[in-house]
Amino acid sequence: MEYIRVIIGPMLEGTVVTLQMFFITLILSLPLGLLLALARISRFKAVSGTVGVYIWLMRGTPLMLQLLFVYYGLPFIPYIGIKLPDFPAALMAFTLNYAAYFAEIFRAGIQSIERGQFEGAKVLGMSYVQTMRRIVLPQVIKRVLPPVSNETITLVKDTSLIYVLAMNDLLRTTRSIVQRDFDTTPFLVAAVFYLAMTFVLTWIFQKLENRYAVYDE
Amino acid sequence: MIQMEKIYKSFAQTEVLHNVSLSVQKGEVVAVIGPSGSGKSTLLRCLSRLEVIDRGSISVEGEVLAADIPGEKSRYADEREARRICRKMGMVFQHFNLFPHLTVLENVIEAPQVVQGLSREAIIPEAEALLRKVGLLEKKDAYPSRLSGGQKQRVAIARALAMKPDIMLFDEPTSALDPELTGEVLKAMRQLAEEHMTMVVVTHEMAFAREVAHRVIFMDKGEIVEEGTPHELFHTPRHPRTQAFLNSAL
Repeated sequence: MEYIRVIIGPMLEGTVVTLQMFFITLILSLPLGLLLALARISRFKAVSGTVGVYIWLMRGTPLMLQLLFVYYGLPFIPYIGIKLPDFPAALMAFTLNYAAYFAEIFRAGIQSIERGQFEGAKVLGMSYVQTMRRIVLPQVIKRVLPPVSNETITLVKDTSLIYVLAMNDLLRTTRSIVQRDFDTTPFLVAAVFYLAMTFVLTWIFQKLENRYAVYDE
Repeated sequence: MIQMEKIYKSFAQTEVLHNVSLSVQKGEVVAVIGPSGSGKSTLLRCLSRLEVIDRGSISVEGEVLAADIPGEKSRYADEREARRICRKMGMVFQHFNLFPHLTVLENVIEAPQVVQGLSREAIIPEAEALLRKVGLLEKKDAYPSRLSGGQKQRVAIARALAMKPDIMLFDEPTSALDPELTGEVLKAMRQLAEEHMTMVVVTHEMAFAREVAHRVIFMDKGEIVEEGTPHELFHTPRHPRTQAFLNSAL
């Protein structure tokens, strides 16, 4: 118990890094994913095709590779090459990657809305934007909550990949302590931390699902 | 009120409308009957811009929605203009198409709020009056999933009327209903007709066509085969296809 009190300070600091990475990624990738989904179903072939390739790249290569590329590879790209510090680099890689997954979830959600909903809105005089904002997307949210919840929980754990950029998130901090003290207790503590985070998320998504359960389809 | 002239429409290789012309006068109730696949629903959907015509022209209250260009596809008014022209028409669907995430009252006030920019408070009294008219005021806070088919369709009628259309289009409004529920919907439609609403009704309800319509149009294989007063069409049909259809339908 005494030992845990000693290690909990640094582990909480690591947790802060993990949570920052998690929240900012989530806040950026959800709207970006929505935009990508709308572009993916666009009737302009060039737009939907480009986004299709983007999603294929992001889902078809390891997130770790993307992380390494943004941090180490980006500076070597002619003209746009910039060297990002570790946090923004990781944030960029996570956001671009998760936006691709969210885009596919939103696309499936939008396409699952019956054509009659679009037609009902159209004959009432609503524009495409009004139809999306007022009629389609509110219904999409209800349908995509379970898969979005899944991705969100995965993101909490994926943030641990930033150890490759030598960033001290929860897991890397824990590992350092284990290696220093030759004691595996910190791993258990870290597991409890991750479980606590995912528990809160599960609870939040459950609340959201309950809220949307006021209507049936 | 409505002028549709020489409309042609194909889906891929199949021609669904062949040289169809329809004009509707103010206050007139027109029933369109015919076997399934005759193109009668498509005709209505072309009018409300849910389908795009290939050739022919459409105008509503003197404003051109689609103009005929000889040798080319019909040219439509631009999106904003087309939306404005079509706002004169309300439409009721076979499958209601109510918005499931909104309550009955919210369904009715949604378009006036979003499209016309009216405030909630300003339109609620009117929306409630419409719901009272279709006999569903006590259901105003219910979600559509809690309603019967007949109730849903009456909400759909109120929702369309909330936009104050000059013309109401009905696309087989009772076809998805259990037989015992069609009466309440037909009653609401009959009431509208008595208030001199201009109506185009695609229907399988022969009794409604006979009793309420001023004019009945019989369509088959993408063409208007015959039209006339209900008396003419139902008692002295001239065309053999009309006779055959009426024999099987009545």
